[in-house]
Amino acid sequence: MKLRQKGRHQEWLQQIVFIGPGLLFFILIVVAPFAMGFYYTFTDWDGISNQAAWSGLDNLKKIFTDDERFWTSFWFTLRFTAVAVILTNLVAFGLAMLLNQKLRTKKVLRTVIFLPNVIGGLLLGYIWYFIFVRGFAAIGEATGIELFNLAWLGTKATAFWGIVIVFVWQTAGYMMVIYIAALVSVPKDLLEAAKIDGASSGQLLRSIIVPMIMPAVTICLFLTTSNAFKMFDLNLSLTGGGPGYATESIALNIYREALTYSHYGLGTAKAMIFFFGVALITVTQVLLTKKREVEV
Amino acid sequence: MLERKRFSTGLFTAEVIGILLALLFLSPFYFLIINSFKKLKDILIDAAKLPEHFNLDNYRRAWEAIDFPIVFMHSVVLTCLSVAGLVIISSMTAYRIVRSPSLFNRLLFTMFVAAMIIPFQSVMLPLMKISAIFELRGHLYGIVICYLGFGVSLSMFLFHGFIKSVPREIEEAAVVDGCSPYGVFWKIVFPVLRPIVATVVILNVLWIWNDYLLPVLVVNNTYTTIPLAIQLFFGQYLRKWDMAMAALTLSTIPIVLFFLFLQKHIVEGIAAGSIKG
Repeated sequence: MKLRQKGRHQEWLQQIVFIGPGLLFFILIVVAPFAMGFYYTFTDWDGISNQAAWSGLDNLKKIFTDDERFWTSFWFTLRFTAVAVILTNLVAFGLAMLLNQKLRTKKVLRTVIFLPNVIGGLLLGYIWYFIFVRGFAAIGEATGIELFNLAWLGTKATAFWGIVIVFVWQTAGYMMVIYIAALVSVPKDLLEAAKIDGASSGQLLRSIIVPMIMPAVTICLFLTTSNAFKMFDLNLSLTGGGPGYATESIALNIYREALTYSHYGLGTAKAMIFFFGVALITVTQVLLTKKREVEV
Repeated sequence: MLERKRFSTGLFTAEVIGILLALLFLSPFYFLIINSFKKLKDILIDAAKLPEHFNLDNYRRAWEAIDFPIVFMHSVVLTCLSVAGLVIISSMTAYRIVRSPSLFNRLLFTMFVAAMIIPFQSVMLPLMKISAIFELRGHLYGIVICYLGFGVSLSMFLFHGFIKSVPREIEEAAVVDGCSPYGVFWKIVFPVLRPIVATVVILNVLWIWNDYLLPVLVVNNTYTTIPLAIQLFFGQYLRKWDMAMAALTLSTIPIVLFFLFLQKHIVEGIAAGSIKG
């Protein structure tokens, strides 16, 4: 009897020692703020005073009826995510196909193409800010190509593509690594057999390679979608949301609403809408691609 | 013979295309590095030209302007403490969840995984409130705790996937020999986890080292890391390209070296981490 009690006591102690620290920090830093967010959504919290008065649906009403800037950023983020996800994955897959061949330089090439990924978005944004402002001008002068003489960060359309270029440049290497890992596992004899049967390279790609690497496609689409939709650092340093607020991502909009204008309640309300947006988009996307995995 | 020749010309073309693409990927670094040695007026005249002489003056001024030794140490200490803490707490949590799958622990696991979808922006504002209440603001330990809370989900998930495949038998002998449950974990199980520890360390180092937003919100001026220093720098000297390029070069060197030394592990770690994820 006593022994069993001691055993149960031991079990409890182990549960606390092993799980306690992780769970404590997780609750303190993620669960509690997230739950508080639902409350602050309905208040006029300004971040400074300790009071946050209940304001009912005011914040949501304001966002949905009288906040053009938020919807501009929402629409920008959606368009950016769509374009960036497609381009990043096409480039990454193309690079993976290229560098999965028996090239003499493949190790060096993979390293070089992965390199931008280890540097943070904030630093990369500033490096590219210089390139768009000074570097492109120098190339334009030397080559006479009009494309480089544009004020890239100065107009709505070019600033959009500017961010897309940097995002693809930064992220493609990471996705390439995942695609290569998947391509390596495609059985060689299957490809050989199909080739002997007279399959063209297009058919090989469509009917064997892509279906075999669908799990990697799911992961890469998930990672790029969630990174693009949540983009912040790169946005802050490269365009700062400009010109005007034409390239302001949702993440940046939320940050400014709270920290620049001290509308913490309103910012929190936006952050909650943002959460539902992220959840909806990523879950739908994973479900859609997962379904294709099962079919194969 | 003919077949072989065609094969190698194909590979040769692929090689050339690959090298050209790699040069294109490197071209931003070309601009960054050459201009970090030039005088401001030479940058303004032609940013693409190689410098006439290598002038280290920009580096000296940038070194002082961003207080490089101090912000570098801040980044190192913060990253090391956070990553070490994450490895410890998330491996322990994952071990317990795998070895003792009670209803509570299974629910806990689901909660950790579900939370990975929550974007940082959705918790950051109330988190500022919490960090003020618990006096985490402005302190190194405060921001380390924030990283532990945010990082534990993914790291725990990666450990969980790995520990599931660790056979229980290796623990049983130790239990018979009278080893305590904690001893079993640290002496028997943890050493087996080495490959996944490497993955967890790498993913978290890349994240924490480069993170800008969390330090801004929690410690801001009291504990300046490299990304914060760069942001402050550009707020002050936006068009001082000569110093700016030197500051950016200095700031990218540590993480680039980290990558080049450990690239084999990093690439494997990312492939492994994503497949499990």
